[in-house]
Amino acid sequence: MAVYKPVVVQACPKLGESITKDTLYWRGYKTPVQIKEFGAINKIDFSPVPPYNYAVTASSRIHIYGRYSQEPIKTFSRFRDAAYCATYRDDGRLLAAGSEESIICLFDVIGKAPLRQFKGHTKPVHLVGFLSDKYRIFSGGDDYSSSLWDIPSAKGIISYSEHTDYVRCGCASKVNADVFITGSYDHTVKLFDARTKSSVMTIEHGHPVESVLLFPSGGLLVSAGGRYVKVWDVLKGGQLLVSLKNHHKTVTCLCLNSSGERLLSGSLDRHVKIYSTTSYKVVHSFNYATSILSLALSPEDETIVVGMTNGVLNVKHRKPEEKSENSQKKRQPAYRTYVKGRTYMPKQEDFCVSKPVKRVLRKYDELLRSFQSSKALDAVLEPPIMLHTPEVTVAVMQELHRRGTLRSALAGRDEKQVNLLLTFVARRVIDPRFTPVLVTVADMITDIYQPVVGQSAIVDKQFLKLQEAIGKEIDYQEELLEVLGMMDTLFATFTKKRDTCLEEKKSKGGTKII
Amino acid sequence: MVAPGALRVVRCGGSAVRGARAVFSADSKQVGRGAGAAAYLLCASGDFVKVYSVSTEETLRLMGGHADLVTGIQLNPHNHMQLYSSSLDGTIKLWDFMDGILIKTFTIGSKLLALYTLASAEDSVFVVIPKKGERDTFQLVSVKLTKGAGQDLEVKELSVVLNDVGASVKHTAFGREGAYVVSVKDMNLQVYFFEQKLLNRFSLSTTKTKEGDNSFSCVVCHPTEDCIATGHGDGKIRLWRNFHHRKEYTYSTLHWHHDIVMDMAFSMEGTRLLSGGVESVLVQWHNESSCQKDFLPRLGSPIEYISMSSDGTLCCTLHTDNRITIINSNLRFSRSIQGLIKSRDVKTGLVVDPRTKALVLNGEPGHLQFYSLQSDQQLFSLDIVQRQYIHQAGLKQSDLVKVAFSAQGTWLATVEESEEVTDPELQLKLWLYDEETQSFKLNTRINTPHDNHITDMCFRDMDELGDESLILVTTGRDCVFKVWVLIEDTDPEAQQSVSWSCDFVGSYRNYQATNCCFSEDGSLLAVSFEETVTVWDTLTWDLKCTFCHPPGNIRNICFGRLTCSKYLIGATDYGFLCCWNLLTCALEWSAHLNIVVLQPDPLSEHIAAVSWLSKESSLFVFKPSEPLPVYIQRNICKEKILLAAFVPRDEPEMISSEKYLWLRKSQPFFLTDTQELMTLSTKSLEERLTPSSKQLAVEECLPVTPFSLLLGKHRHQQAEENLDLGKPVVHNKQEQASPAVKELLHTPAHVLPSASFLCTIFINSLLISKESKSAEEVADEVEMESEKAEGDSDEEDVTAMEQEDTSHMEFLGEMTCKLSKSQEKELRKIRKMDYSWISAF
Repeated sequence: MAVYKPVVVQACPKLGESITKDTLYWRGYKTPVQIKEFGAINKIDFSPVPPYNYAVTASSRIHIYGRYSQEPIKTFSRFRDAAYCATYRDDGRLLAAGSEESIICLFDVIGKAPLRQFKGHTKPVHLVGFLSDKYRIFSGGDDYSSSLWDIPSAKGIISYSEHTDYVRCGCASKVNADVFITGSYDHTVKLFDARTKSSVMTIEHGHPVESVLLFPSGGLLVSAGGRYVKVWDVLKGGQLLVSLKNHHKTVTCLCLNSSGERLLSGSLDRHVKIYSTTSYKVVHSFNYATSILSLALSPEDETIVVGMTNGVLNVKHRKPEEKSENSQKKRQPAYRTYVKGRTYMPKQEDFCVSKPVKRVLRKYDELLRSFQSSKALDAVLEPPIMLHTPEVTVAVMQELHRRGTLRSALAGRDEKQVNLLLTFVARRVIDPRFTPVLVTVADMITDIYQPVVGQSAIVDKQFLKLQEAIGKEIDYQEELLEVLGMMDTLFATFTKKRDTCLEEKKSKGGTKII
Repeated sequence: MVAPGALRVVRCGGSAVRGARAVFSADSKQVGRGAGAAAYLLCASGDFVKVYSVSTEETLRLMGGHADLVTGIQLNPHNHMQLYSSSLDGTIKLWDFMDGILIKTFTIGSKLLALYTLASAEDSVFVVIPKKGERDTFQLVSVKLTKGAGQDLEVKELSVVLNDVGASVKHTAFGREGAYVVSVKDMNLQVYFFEQKLLNRFSLSTTKTKEGDNSFSCVVCHPTEDCIATGHGDGKIRLWRNFHHRKEYTYSTLHWHHDIVMDMAFSMEGTRLLSGGVESVLVQWHNESSCQKDFLPRLGSPIEYISMSSDGTLCCTLHTDNRITIINSNLRFSRSIQGLIKSRDVKTGLVVDPRTKALVLNGEPGHLQFYSLQSDQQLFSLDIVQRQYIHQAGLKQSDLVKVAFSAQGTWLATVEESEEVTDPELQLKLWLYDEETQSFKLNTRINTPHDNHITDMCFRDMDELGDESLILVTTGRDCVFKVWVLIEDTDPEAQQSVSWSCDFVGSYRNYQATNCCFSEDGSLLAVSFEETVTVWDTLTWDLKCTFCHPPGNIRNICFGRLTCSKYLIGATDYGFLCCWNLLTCALEWSAHLNIVVLQPDPLSEHIAAVSWLSKESSLFVFKPSEPLPVYIQRNICKEKILLAAFVPRDEPEMISSEKYLWLRKSQPFFLTDTQELMTLSTKSLEERLTPSSKQLAVEECLPVTPFSLLLGKHRHQQAEENLDLGKPVVHNKQEQASPAVKELLHTPAHVLPSASFLCTIFINSLLISKESKSAEEVADEVEMESEKAEGDSDEEDVTAMEQEDTSHMEFLGEMTCKLSKSQEKELRKIRKMDYSWISAF
């Protein structure tokens, strides 16, 4: 026999982006901390060892910040002009930086004065980095050359002048201590081996290269330049794997998360995009106030630091994991309480009496079941349902309309309730999911309460609001139609060729008609 | 019997079970079993009387003999194993319903509209017949059933009891111990007291309300007191007392129903009154003064008749959709018997479920019923709309309008729409068959797939291409057809991996799309747009060619199959059947026929077309390659045939005549506008009835003895063994063995041969035979068994036959052995023969 069927609430697809694990993960950061620096921040680098301090290069200073400090815990300010690209060594004890005065300085993170100074470049040095054997430094400068330096002797080992424009970015391989790559404004990325006299591989990016990145495995290379982020397979001789074009301005910085599964790119268009490194699809993106120049992610993704062109440093810390203490407080009955008696197998001579399963109905369903239309409508006009799940309210209204009792349910209400109803209708009638039902409801309300218009200021105000909302929506729809018309004409010009093709076919078909 | 080979139209279900109130058998034998007393439920169903088992809901027997609708059935008050039935053909028949034997036929002459029996009236029954010479006036007459020797008797003795009564069985009732008779018509109530020969008339003044007027709709009498309950059109129930007096009568009113009270019934003691109506709620009134009442809601469809069993433990309601519900005395739903559920309008058409071979069509509102043709039972009812159905006139309910299955039955597409004409609330739902739950599960719901009504829908599904080929096409009155494809969800967190989405929208000169059809290989799609048929390539969705046969819109289209796959058949409104050749793009032939239904056979190249001309339906079966039809059957039935379907047979039937070869692989079924299901068959109805039901009836009657319990246990074990082995062959053996054992047990002891002789037969019957028999042989044997069970009363003969039978079975193995030996001898002979004569040539 049939049982009462609850009202079907149309589950509408959520508008906007869907919530995935990624969005939840990347949303789990606190509100950012903003720190003002002296100039555009061209490099942020995290110390690879705890407590994960980070070096921020801006203007002529290098600031070292602690994890939660808003004031720099250390400053290197021995630069006469701008400093560039302060980078930690793998053990986090040395820091190298290039400068506008074409000198590369090597600092001990404890000391103040540079331990070594490497001179050899003739133009500003924008790129400095350590090779993975820790004893050598590579650099690239505006004199189109990239060089290799020995730390103990403070002397140049080799200098490559293969680029034909400024060398602005680079990175060292973590697998091979002799390999490093540089990206240049001459649209190429070159891979050098310290053991050879010339570059090993040249990759044509197509735009001035702003940032390069090697995957920890050393097999994949990511280059950013122009609006493109491109991924290359190094082992296959520099074959292009994928080209991503998700920014609408130049991409300035790249960074991998700690697990290597997500790639982050920052751009002058004020966005940071996060890609999955398996599908190369954007899984999340952040918005910032101004153009982004540099970006870094601390180990374990605890902190995202973003440097902007206007010198603002934006620091986001991850929220601590919420411990579900609430559920522990409320002690659940033990498992054996649930299974008590359920595992008993009835014997042949036992007489089984089955307990009817109690069905739990929502309040409005309970009322609809007993045909109490007005009360059912009251139940769904209560604020929590009305505000958070308007689809339930609309579904019940629709059900009442289907039963032919909507008019009587809407009638006979006092000022407060009419106000509530009209607020709901005026707010939701423009929602395309609810429009068909709510238009009928609005129609009925105006019919029923027409005689009492003018008696209550509040209700009159709501009526005006409703009118305004509907008027606005009509204007909006008209505009949309205009746009559609314009687009149609545009498309018509595009597909003219195909149409003529079809016309021919049709005429052929026409001759075949008997 | 019909001569073998002749094809006849067989009604096979769907006839209304609501000609009259159902009757519970009153089995005195069953008292020993305790509660559940009544074992059978008797029901008038079309021209037949059906006997159902109350406990198993199975149709045990179909008693046919009336030439027209059965209008009344009543147990013989003097013999509870006999049943009177009256029919519109003017006869009363007396049956022994236990054995299904017609005992007597009384011919009265005029149409009988209702039948009543009284325990106090000797040999006479009461019937309602139309008054001679006047239209729409009926009278209640008492019929003296003469005791004659023959089977067919003419009845002449009619005496009029009441004039101007209502035609329905519900409009007349007999009072306490047959002391008086009450009849209602419109606004009048008349009571006739037999002893006093007194006629009292009462009438109500008309009051009209929104729901209806207060005219009488039904009447019942209290079994022990002088009290009459009447139901009214406005939902009120009046209880009349003191109606011996013309002036000082009183009545009290009970009111719960909001619409007409369809029927009422008093409990045996008269303490409770049951009433039912359009709301499909059974209301139980306890005490007329206190208005205390209980409800049994949501019985599915409006209640037409209510009847009580004679001991008051069971109650049964007959519904307008041909469902029978059995209800316990404590107002608990017990079980329901449902055949082909009658829906208001079969909009979905007749569809065959490829998985179960069941017919699928509209069932109760918002449901899809799967109707098994073999067992005349509903397999299950799938709730499509999933909304509470309110039984109230004038509401715009949404209902199912289109159904389509994919070829393997894994996908089901349904379209539902509300009845509103201008802005139908359309929903397209796609259901995926779930192997675990053995049922369909909702996969995708598409709101407003088209802007206007959907006119047709079909799947493309080829086995060899798998899921890739699955395409659904819907055509709508919004002048487009839409192509829906299955897409895989790339998001790993999504709940389901596949869903449906729109792939292509096609239109043709802004004409309304009316029909769609895929060619057999799925490479072409034909969509008809009013007068024109367009053919589209399914790969590129390009328009390939168009056909038309003006004037007149295209009503139906279908592609030819197998050898005729190059033809496209179309039927137009102006009565033309056209066949186009797709290779030459030319009209191959056309015929002037008013085709209503065009149905291709999925397993052969035959196409069935049903025409409607001058108030008769005719069937034409043809091959598209030949303009001459293969088979013509004029005047299948008087009713208009609305729908047709070919149901594939489980195994091809052996058909002797070449004329009916088209019936070999599949069987056509037709649904008329009165929702009767018909088929064409070379077999007669008696042959089609399963013999198992008859055996069951016998089993039911057996008293429980220790021996039967022992036997039952033994059988139970055997069944379990069968389950363990899982061999169908063994199962067959067991099935055929049981009647042998049964015969043995049934035969009276004094006619049995010696025990030593019987022992071998008995043991043999319990043994599991080693040789596996073909299904045909087993079937033959079962038939033989059933013949014996049904017919002969001569026990000796039976045992003799059985001996023959079993010995035959024993010999069977040896026979084949011997045959092979003789064959060997033959072969040797042939080898030894002289072949020199060949060289002469």
